[in-house]
Amino acid sequence: MRYLTDRKRATGLGSAKSGVHHFWAMKVSSVALLILVPLFVFTFGPALGGSYEEVTTYFARPFPALVAALTFIIGWKHFNDGAQVLIEDYVHGTAQKITLILVTCLSYAAMATGLFAIAKIAL
Amino acid sequence: MVQLTLPKNSRIRVGKTWPKPEGAKNVRKFQIYRWNPDDGENPRVDTYFVDMDKCGPMVLDALIKIKNEIDPTLTFRRSCREGICGSCAMNIDGINTLACIYGLDEVKGDVKIYPLPHMPVVKDLIPDLTHFYAQHASIMPWLETKTNRPAKEWKQSIEDRKKLDGLYECVMCASCSTACPSYWWNGDRYLGPAALLHAYRWIIDSRDEATGERLDQLEDPFKLYRCHTIMNCTKTCPKGLNPAKSIAEIKKMMVERAV
Repeated sequence: MRYLTDRKRATGLGSAKSGVHHFWAMKVSSVALLILVPLFVFTFGPALGGSYEEVTTYFARPFPALVAALTFIIGWKHFNDGAQVLIEDYVHGTAQKITLILVTCLSYAAMATGLFAIAKIAL
Repeated sequence: MVQLTLPKNSRIRVGKTWPKPEGAKNVRKFQIYRWNPDDGENPRVDTYFVDMDKCGPMVLDALIKIKNEIDPTLTFRRSCREGICGSCAMNIDGINTLACIYGLDEVKGDVKIYPLPHMPVVKDLIPDLTHFYAQHASIMPWLETKTNRPAKEWKQSIEDRKKLDGLYECVMCASCSTACPSYWWNGDRYLGPAALLHAYRWIIDSRDEATGERLDQLEDPFKLYRCHTIMNCTKTCPKGLNPAKSIAEIKKMMVERAV
């Protein structure tokens, strides 16, 4: 029980004066993915069903490798930003901070794994 | 964490069924949420039967008839009975709206009436809007100026005045905010569509000189950015306003000054 005025409860800790950059980053990555995902599908598709040598040769070319790498980077960044919003919506308190840390670690780990795989195939 | 089930003492039970009016031919069934803080009982849904041949066309008419003729303990807010005061906002047939301007002919089957969702209930159909009003006050819903007051009025062009149309009509009934899932989960910090529509009304006002400060106050992951364009607010607004668009405009202004 705390004797706070209604106005103090509504104001809380005030404005964080942040949020617009997260919002804008989501928009930018959305637009990037709008272009990258179809490109990724159409560049990844021809490699499917090929032999090991054919696939490594195909991904040794810069365009398919770069498209795949960019899709991984931006896709996982977008996932991380989106998951952050989701977690802020539904998880509160200390659990929220812990979940945010875990999801950020997962996103960057997945991104790094994807990049390593591409590098290994391409180089 | 988000609570998915109601606490034990909030679970709704079947309530009393009141007798049908004698001799009535055109009878309609009303199922109304009841809760009295003084009796220690769980909320219940009472069933009433109203003679529609002797009842006005709006949901509020039926509620007033029930209170006057069947059950005087039924509690609800009402005042202007023409959609101006915003007092009689409630959930009718699953939609947050004003009982005074919602026609009974718009409801198919039984009429189910509950208080506005996800708000503390004071009694029966009366929600506690204290926090909602305090959030409205926090966005400074008044003209903020720094220039010395002019000899006559603050002037505004016809074009700039038109920008306030669709905003000034809001009667603060809370239908939109209580229809918003983001407001349900984070209503303590998220300002909600009503307060944000009012914030935009003052941001866009050509006479107001605190635009930057207003945007500063709103730039917050919770106060503003909990809006995920779900659009329940716009769908439910009994005045036909578009709070979601106002919020989108605020977000656009935030980007405009940052990028």
